[in-house]
Amino acid sequence: MTNMIVIAELTKGNVNPSTAELVSAAKAMGGDVTVVVPCTDASIADGVSSYDGVSKVIAVKSDVFAGNDSSGWATALDSAIPAGTILCLATARSKDVGSRLAARRGLSIVQDVVSIEGSNLTSPIYSGKANQTVSVSGDAVVSVRANVFPAVASGSSNEVSVVDASGDVKTAVQEVMHRASARLDVSEANIIISGGRGMGSPANFTHLEAVADTIGAAVGASRAAVDTWDEIPHSMQVGQTGKTVNPNLYIAVGISGAIQHLAGMRSSKYIVAINKDADAPIFQHADYGIVATWEEALPVFQDALSNLLG
Amino acid sequence: MNLISLALMIEMPTIVVLVKQVPDTNAKIAVQGDRVDLSSVKMEMSPYDSFAIETALRHKEAAGGTVTALTIGAAGTEKILKDAKAMGVDNIVRAWDDSWGELDSNALQSVLKESIESLGADTVYCGKSAADTGAGSTGPGLAERLGWSNASNVIGAEFSTDVTVSMPVESGVAKISVPLPAVISCDKGDFKPRKANVKGIMMAKKAQVELMTATAPASSVVVSNHSMPAAKPAGKTFEGGSSASQVVQLLRDEANVL
Ligand SMILES: Cc1cc2nc3c(=O)[nH]c(=O)nc-3n(C[C@H](O)[C@H](O)[C@H](O)COP(=O)(O)OP(=O)(O)OC[C@H]3O[C@@H](n4cnc5c(N)ncnc54)[C@H](O)[C@@H]3O)c2cc1C
Repeated sequence: MTNMIVIAELTKGNVNPSTAELVSAAKAMGGDVTVVVPCTDASIADGVSSYDGVSKVIAVKSDVFAGNDSSGWATALDSAIPAGTILCLATARSKDVGSRLAARRGLSIVQDVVSIEGSNLTSPIYSGKANQTVSVSGDAVVSVRANVFPAVASGSSNEVSVVDASGDVKTAVQEVMHRASARLDVSEANIIISGGRGMGSPANFTHLEAVADTIGAAVGASRAAVDTWDEIPHSMQVGQTGKTVNPNLYIAVGISGAIQHLAGMRSSKYIVAINKDADAPIFQHADYGIVATWEEALPVFQDALSNLLG
Repeated sequence: MNLISLALMIEMPTIVVLVKQVPDTNAKIAVQGDRVDLSSVKMEMSPYDSFAIETALRHKEAAGGTVTALTIGAAGTEKILKDAKAMGVDNIVRAWDDSWGELDSNALQSVLKESIESLGADTVYCGKSAADTGAGSTGPGLAERLGWSNASNVIGAEFSTDVTVSMPVESGVAKISVPLPAVISCDKGDFKPRKANVKGIMMAKKAQVELMTATAPASSVVVSNHSMPAAKPAGKTFEGGSSASQVVQLLRDEANVL
């Protein structure tokens, strides 16, 4: 039986909970599961040590994991990862590092997997307009979308071994400036509320921000909103030429639901649409559709949320 | 020629842009049997590749050197090379061997590595992902095989002896200096791809596509089938703004997402 190696996803220096989904994805492929935790401080691996179904936890310590050099990440991880099939989360950084690890070991990589049956892996292609199933022989690197596989339960107490990989790595790329954005990024959020051209003006996005603050969501936008208003940056754009997101809840406000927008958000677990046009294509993809202007619907939505959560 | 211009010449980058032909991103995709049927779909250059070409041309304008567009594909893919030429690249190259079928990422990157080495490149630009698979493996995978640095999803760049790129990182945007040689994958960003002018289109018509080949290892990842995504069950639709409170209840009680 082959080794399955899960690379824990790091988010703001901590283990992202979707790492527990990677373990169940690994079990679906079969084999003995080792979780490798990239870290600067091995104590963050403690949470992982309680995952069920894991036979080994390795914390790999290196300063490179505080930075953005995928070459350094791959070098440090490679030194600590045994041979086998490697799974990581399909985030921008992990897809990059996973590609390097695959290349380093002469393996192929299969990205954005949403379904696994043994060695048959399925990923969306053509921006989600179709699915592609591939069969993999031998070891590979596999990136798995978040929010698709169930998380394994915890309750076990696996031992954590610590590998110090600081010595081996030189950093190639150097960060010279960091412009922090005040708001949560759509690619990191579990809930997203996005506005389109139907918002009427960029100032009206404050209504979306208010909802976002109530439920801990990120604010996104359609391309029409980004292209029309300078105040709405491209980093907020969801869709084919923006970000692909996969949150638990996606709320589309004043967005028609063009195919290129759907490409970026159609795999969201639940979709809410607020649009004044009952024939807007977004309603065909919404779990809950509200046919109304946002001026009417958002205040009611906001109040109900505040009552429920506040 | 004085010593300074000689020195500058030595520093001039040899740039390659990777381009790929994909179905028009507006096209409807249908599955016939167990494969996507592209027979009546218009093919075009993957949109992100045009950002890569634009970035490469700006690099050349700042630092000199040459820009070569490279694609891996059968003869039918030459139109996108002509499109690249019309935008202003110097050379267009197609690598292919009729024995190659669908190359997995390991095979594709092996072919690219060999092609890049024989072109003598030190800077490679590509799209952040191809619009067909959306995988995004090529840039970082190729960089690893060449032993080069890389940066992905780049949205802006400044050029000197290295390239300083802007890219989204956790909770913000970072400026990162990338030493050459490097592979840089481009997202839609500050640079708007230039439109080909008449002169460019005329030059592209006459331009020769240079052919090359390489060794592709056997693929260990093989496509077994394509399928349409399962249709979502019909949702619930409500009329009027006051229904928003009902939807909030359902999000909590039925969907369990709040
Ligand atoms: C190559 C290519 C790539 C693209 N990439 C992207 C992409 O990444 N992301 C993206 O989003 N688009 C993308 N597009 C553009 C896409 O085709 C659409 O034009 C765009 O998504 C439309 O944005 P919208 O829904 O905000 O605007 P519109 O289509 O103008 O829709 C506005 C909607 O708001 C509703 N509305 C108006 N007033 C109100 C109100 N007061 N209350 C409630 N509803 C109201 C209207 O009924 C309408 O449905 C791309 C297009 C191309 C060709």
